[in-house]
Amino acid sequence: MDVPRLTRRDFTAALGGIVLSFSLVPKVVFGQDPARLPGSLQTNRTLDAWLRINADGSVTVFTGKVELGQGIVTALAQIAAEELEVPLGRVTMISGDTGRTPNEGQTAGSQSIEQSGTALRMAGAEVRALLIDLAAKKLGAAADTLKVTDGVIHAPDGRKVGYGELTAEADLKREATAKVPPKPAAQHKIVGKSAPRIDIPAKMTGGAAFVQDLRLPGMVHGRVVRPPRYGARLDSFDEARVKAMPGVIAVVRDGSFLGVVARREEQAINARLVLIEFAKWSGGSELPDPAKMYEQLMSLRSEDRVIGEKDAPVPVGAKVLEATYHRPYQAHAAIAPSCAVAELKDGKLTVWTHSQGVFPLRATIARALGLQPRDIRCIHAEGPGCYGHNGADDAAFDAAMLARAVNGRPVRLQWMRDDEFKWEPYGAAMTMKVKGAVAGGRVVGWTFDVWSQSHNMRPGDPDGINLMGSWYLADAKRPGPARHAAQPNGAGDRNAITLYDFPRQRTTHHLIMENPVRTSALRTLGAYANVFAIESFMDELAAAAGIDPVAFRLAHIKDERERAVIEAVAKAAAWKPGEKGDGRRGRGIGYARYKTVAAYIAVIAEVEVNRTAGIVKVPRIWTSADAGQIINPDGLTNQIEGGVIQSMSWTVHEHVRFDRNGILSEDWMNYPILTMPDVPKVETVLINRPNERALGAGEAAPGPTAAAIANAFAAATGRRIRELPLTPERVKAALA
Amino acid sequence: MAISLKVNGATRSVDAEPDTPLLYVLRNDLELNGAKYGCGLTQCGACTVLVNGAASRSCVTPVGSIEGNEVTTLEGLGTLDKPHPLQKAFIDEQAAQCGYCASGMIMAAADLLNRNPQPQEADVRAALADNLCRCGTHNRIIRAVLRAARQNGRI
Ligand code: FES
Ligand code: FES
Repeated sequence: MDVPRLTRRDFTAALGGIVLSFSLVPKVVFGQDPARLPGSLQTNRTLDAWLRINADGSVTVFTGKVELGQGIVTALAQIAAEELEVPLGRVTMISGDTGRTPNEGQTAGSQSIEQSGTALRMAGAEVRALLIDLAAKKLGAAADTLKVTDGVIHAPDGRKVGYGELTAEADLKREATAKVPPKPAAQHKIVGKSAPRIDIPAKMTGGAAFVQDLRLPGMVHGRVVRPPRYGARLDSFDEARVKAMPGVIAVVRDGSFLGVVARREEQAINARLVLIEFAKWSGGSELPDPAKMYEQLMSLRSEDRVIGEKDAPVPVGAKVLEATYHRPYQAHAAIAPSCAVAELKDGKLTVWTHSQGVFPLRATIARALGLQPRDIRCIHAEGPGCYGHNGADDAAFDAAMLARAVNGRPVRLQWMRDDEFKWEPYGAAMTMKVKGAVAGGRVVGWTFDVWSQSHNMRPGDPDGINLMGSWYLADAKRPGPARHAAQPNGAGDRNAITLYDFPRQRTTHHLIMENPVRTSALRTLGAYANVFAIESFMDELAAAAGIDPVAFRLAHIKDERERAVIEAVAKAAAWKPGEKGDGRRGRGIGYARYKTVAAYIAVIAEVEVNRTAGIVKVPRIWTSADAGQIINPDGLTNQIEGGVIQSMSWTVHEHVRFDRNGILSEDWMNYPILTMPDVPKVETVLINRPNERALGAGEAAPGPTAAAIANAFAAATGRRIRELPLTPERVKAALA
Repeated sequence: MAISLKVNGATRSVDAEPDTPLLYVLRNDLELNGAKYGCGLTQCGACTVLVNGAASRSCVTPVGSIEGNEVTTLEGLGTLDKPHPLQKAFIDEQAAQCGYCASGMIMAAADLLNRNPQPQEADVRAALADNLCRCGTHNRIIRAVLRAARQNGRI
C-alpha cells in the first residue's frame, strides 16, 4: 500500500496550492508509539480530520470513502448525526478529496461502515462530550446534568447553548482518544432507521450528480484511441488529417498512447473515428484459446499456498466425490463508460474522477507522470455504479494526459462504450477443484483448490504502475505483479476456506502470476466463484448422503448466527425438507459468511427451465442476511437485492467473449446482461443485531445467489452444470 | 449552423452541425443533465428523452432531424420542489443505487403512462425491457412506476 505520508515539509509546501482543511500533525507526543485507535481513526487520528462544527450549528463531515451508488455517504451521515445529536439535515458530507478528506485507501470490500463508520462514531461521541464540557463551563453546570437535543445543549434550569456558539472554543485539532463510549443502540434515533438517500433527489430531477455532469469554464472534450489488441504498438497514424478536422485542438501521441482534444464533444468523437481508421498497429499479445481456456490458465506459472488445513483421518468406507467448477472472465460493465475531467494549471493538476481510491490514484498518477503528489489533487465525483476496479482510474490518467496537452483548459475525457468493454480489467476466470468424503451423513474429508489470476491490480501497488494508459507511453510503465492477499480477506481465495465444521480440510490457492487477459477487482473478488463451488459441492455431498440440503448444511454448522440466517431463509421460502424438482421447476439454497468475517447471508432461488430452448429463468429469490447492527435497513436491502440481481445476471448470462486476436465483447450485444422482463422478485429478511458490530454486506449476496441458482437447476432437472454461466448451449448439453 | 429546438417548452437556438446527436446538444449546449450517455448505440436507454411525447434515443437522433418537434427531458417533467409523479415515486421508492439509469427509466416510463395510464407489472417490465440497469435496482423501478401510475403520473 502506498499511503502518501505527508511530512511537515510537504504540509507547508502544500499550503501554497491545495488548502488542507485538517491538521496533519496532531497533538501527539512524538517518539511514543501511538495508541491503537478503532477503524480509520488509526490512520487519520485527529478529530478535525473527520468533523467540523460550523458557527451556524451545522456539521461538516469528512470521509475518505466515496459514494458508488451503495448509499455509503448517507449511512455515514446517519452515524455522525446520531453521535453528535444533530438532525441529519444539518450534516454536510465531504468525501474522497485528496485536498480535504482523510485518506482511507479504497472504497472497497464492503469495509466502509467498519472503517469510516467506526471512526465517525468514535469521533462523534468524543466531539459531543467535548462540546458538553465546554457548555458546562459556560453555563456553570455539571456536565452530567446537561442534555443535548438537535445540536443544542440544555441545562436543567432551562438555560441552553447551541453547538454553533461553542465552535470558537472547541479545539478539534487534537488526537482522538476513542475513550468516550458511543451511544448504546437502544438510544439510537437515526441509526437503524431507513433514512432517504441524500443523493437521490438530484439524480431524479436532472441535478448535476455525476462526474459526467461537470461543466467547467472553457472545458473541452477528449477521446482516446486504444490498440486493436493488448500490447500492440502504434506504428503510424494520420495526424494531419485529424488536425484539419473541425474543432480539433490537439492530437496527443506518446508512444502508443493516442488521444484527441476538440472544442465540442461530437467533434472529438468524429476525430477519434478518423484516428482509428488510419492508425496502423503491430504486435501485441495472443489471448488464450477460449475453447481450452481453463486448461491453459492452469498451466501458467502459479504461486501456490496452502491457506487452510485441519487434519483428521478419513474413515474407511467413506464415499468420495470430486468435481471441478469454472467461472469465466466477467465484466464490471458499468452502465456508462468511464469518464474524468482534468485540468493542469500553473503546474498543478486537478482530476475529477469516479475512482474508488483518490489517494492511491494520486500517488500512482504522480509516479506515472513524474510529478509530486502535492502537485496533484484528485477529487471524487460520482460515476455510474462500478462494482469494483473498472476503467475509472485509467480514464483519470487518460484525462491527465490530454490536459497536459492543452495547458490551462479543463478536458472532459469520456471513454466510448467499446473502450470500457474491451479495456476494463475483468473479474478473473477461475477453476475450483473440490474433493469431499461423506460417511454417516457427515462430511469427513474436504480438499479445495482454486486457480485464479490476480483480483487486485488497482493503483497503489508499490512496485508497478497500475494505470493502463501508462503501459503504452514511449517511456512505458509496467503493472505491478500478482500478489497473494492475507486471509480472511483474501483475493482469488476469498471465501475459499469453508466455514463448515469439517474434521478435515485442506485449501490451496494457486495464484496465476501471468495476465493473459487483464483482470482486477470485481465485486466479491474470488468469493463469487468459491462460494458457487463450495455450495454446489455441498449439495452434491448432501445428495450422496441422501440428506436434505438445508438440513445437511445445518448439521455442519455450530455458530448460532450462521444457523439463524439459514433457518430464516428456509422459513421465508417455506422450504419443505426433501422437496423435489419436477424436471422443469426446482429450488436450491446457497449460504456464506462473506469473507468469513463479514455479513452472513443465505439465499434460496427458484428456477424454471425451458428444456427445449435451454433457457433458465429465475422467477423468485429469497434471502436472509445478518449484517450485525443495521445502520439503514432500506439501504441494506437495496444493496443485498442489487447483489442478488447482479449475480443472477452473471450466473445465467455473462461471460467476456474473445478469440486469440482480441476481445470481442465490445457492446451490450456481445455482452448481454439481464433485462427487466427476466428480473426475479426478491424477498429479503434482515436480522438486526443492534448490539453487534456493523458488518460489510454490499458484496455478500453474489456467491450464495450463484450457488442457489445452480443448485435449483440441479434440483429441477437432476443434472448439474459446473461451468458458469448457465447458457442455453450448456443447459441443452446437460439435459441431452 | 444555427438550429432551433423546442426543449421542455422553450425555444432554444443552438450552433451545431445538423448530424450532431441530440444527446450532446442537450448536455453540452443546453446544459441539461437528464439525458445520459451510456452506449451511443441505442442499446441501453440511458439517453432516452421524449420527442413529441414518444420515447426516443437521443444518442442517435440527429439534432437537425427534429427541428420544430417538442423535446422533453427529465428536467422538463418536474423539479426538486415540484417533482412529476414519476420523479416523486422514484424518490419515494428510493429507486436507485447509482441512479445513472434513472433518467432513461423515468422517460421510458413517462412514455408508457401516456399510452397506458394503468399498466400492470408485466406492462412495465415490457416497456422498460430495453432500458438497462446494471445495479440491480429493477424491482424498485417497477414499484416506482406502478406507484406513479396509481397517482395518475401522466404528463
Ligand atoms: S446512450 Fe443511447 S441508448 Fe445507450
Ligand atoms: S441504478 Fe445504477 S444502473 Fe440503475
